[in-house]
Order: sequence, then C-alpha cells, then structure tokens
Amino acid sequence: MRSPVDLWVYLSTSPLIWLTLTVCTWIAMSELSVRLKRNPLANPVLTSIIVLSAVMTVFHIPYEKFFAGAQFVHFLLGPATVAIAIPLYLQWDEVKRVLMPIAVALLVGSVAAVLSVVALGMLVGLPREMMLSFLPKSATAGVAMAISSSLGGNPSLTAVLVILTGIIGALIVTPMMNRMGIRDYAARGFAVGLTSHGIGTARAYDVHATAGLFAGIAMALNAIATSLIVPLAARLLIGI
Amino acid sequence: MLRGIAALLLFQLLGESLVFLTKLPVPGPVIGLVLLFVALHMGRRAGRAPFPQVETAASALLSNLGLLFVPAGVGIVSLWGVLEAQLPAIAVVLVVSAAVTLAVTVWTFIAARRFFDGKWGA
Repeated sequence: MRSPVDLWVYLSTSPLIWLTLTVCTWIAMSELSVRLKRNPLANPVLTSIIVLSAVMTVFHIPYEKFFAGAQFVHFLLGPATVAIAIPLYLQWDEVKRVLMPIAVALLVGSVAAVLSVVALGMLVGLPREMMLSFLPKSATAGVAMAISSSLGGNPSLTAVLVILTGIIGALIVTPMMNRMGIRDYAARGFAVGLTSHGIGTARAYDVHATAGLFAGIAMALNAIATSLIVPLAARLLIGI
Repeated sequence: MLRGIAALLLFQLLGESLVFLTKLPVPGPVIGLVLLFVALHMGRRAGRAPFPQVETAASALLSNLGLLFVPAGVGIVSLWGVLEAQLPAIAVVLVVSAAVTLAVTVWTFIAARRFFDGKWGA
C-alpha cells in the first residue's frame, strides 16, 4: 500500500487533477455568483482565478504544470470565438434596423477604447510591453490574447486586464448611465457590450432584455473591430 | 452537436490558414467568425437554414465562455512580480478607460440614431 503523500506526488504531476480542479472551481464559483444575485464583484471568472491562484501559491505549483491540465479548456477559446457568428447571425435582422448607429458607435467606441489606453498609459508611464498587452482589453479574451501575442505583448497579462475591464464596466455602467440620465436601453447595452465584452453582456441581460441583446451584438462586432484597429494603432502610436 | 463542433473547428482552421497565407494582422478565429457568418447567410439564401447542430454547439460554448478565460487568468500568479510595482498606474488606466469608452459609445450611439432617424424621417 502506497502512502497518501505518494498519491499527491503522482497526481500533482498529471494534467488530470488541474483540469478537474479548474472545471469544478468554475462550477462552484458560478453557483456562488447565482446565490449572490449575480453581484459583479462575485463574478465567477474573477473568483475562480483567485481560488486557483491561491491553490497554486499555497502548494508551490508552477504555472506550467497547472496549464498542462488547464490547456484543454484554454484551447476552446478559438472555437468559442468562431461561435460568436451564431448569435450575430440570429440577431442580424435587429442589427439591420439600426445599422448606421451601430456602425458609427462601433467605430468611435472601439477607437476610444484604444486611444484612451494610449493617452492614459503615457500619462502614468506604463512600460511598453504592458501598453501592448493593454490595447485590446475591450475585446473578448480569446481575441484580445491573440492580438496581444501577435504584437509582442503578454497574453496572460492581457487575459487579466480583459477580465478586470469586464468587471469594472459591469460595476460602473448602471450608476453611471443613471446619473447621465440615459434611458435608451439599446444604447446602454451597446456601450457596455463594447467596453466589457461577455462580462458586460451578462450584466446587461440582468438589467434589461433589449440592453442584453445590443450588448451581445456590440461584443461580437467589437471582437472584429478591435482586431483591425489595435494593430494599426500600435504601428502608428507606439511604433512597433 | 458533434457536427456543430466540427463546423466550428473547420471554420477556425479556415481562418487560421487564411491568416497564415495572407499575413493578415487579424486573429485566425476572428476570420473564422466572419467566414461562418457569411456561410450561414449564404445557406439561408439557398434555403438551407436553420442550422440546429451549429447552434447547439455554439450555445454550449458561449454559455460557459467565462470558464475558458480562467486558465490564462491564473497566469497572473507568475506575473505578480512585474505587476506589483505598477498596480496604481494599472488601476487608473483600467477604470478611466472603461468610463471613457462607456460614455463615448453611449453618446455616439444616441447621437447617430437621432441623426439617421431625422435624415430618413423614420
């Protein structure tokens, strides 16, 4: 009979335990989020990352070892990005009705997301590599990470910045829009979907069905717009 | 379901291949998204819609989209040394940029809607 210590040594080197832990942590944190009435601070992406990071730190597990298991989940980001075509296709009649406002707001909003990072980043003196990782932060994570690594940024850092941008947008959108006196829920949804991708879209659906629909449209379109605008902005403004 | 997954993988593969060949500065999956969107519309024109298999696969992935961000996000542990010193700067950029983007987008959307509604008398 082998000892439990041997079992731990055996399991901690196999990908299985980290894949299982990632999926189970996600399920538990999603449940917690539902119990807390989807409070943006209990966002399951954020809480899952905190819990798993704590486990890695406490047990001195190198990230590479964890990722050997978690990569099976990570790989699905590509197909999930392609899958955004489906809701866009199903909602296309809705998009066509307000095509011009959507096109203009998409262009201006997407440029604002990138330019505000460049301006603020220069102001507070962010290092270059960090700035490159920051640029695509309003796009959905899979797309943002791909853009970041193609520019020489750090995809892991980009993933964290994308998630934080999602949570911040989801937290501030409702009080901010109420204070601005904006009652157009299509416009509010579009803004939060463009700024805060999937996390903002989930928040928009909690507030108003029309807001959720337009947030989903904005997320899909901004994935495309960001991947066109960011490489251009990086070349023109940061000079890569 | 399986056919739907195959379709998503196939379109990603098409997108990645196209990006590799043309050196487009756009991620392969985004090209895959655009190609699938075009294919779905062409299918509808040809009277072949709906596509329940692809819809099932897509909604399974998209309803748990958050899970897919987690592995990369845990990478923050190995980056902590780099991030710690920049923490206040990062916080300022994140919060202000999100607020600016929200405000600019919502105003532009409303202004553009008024402009085009007025123009076409809708």
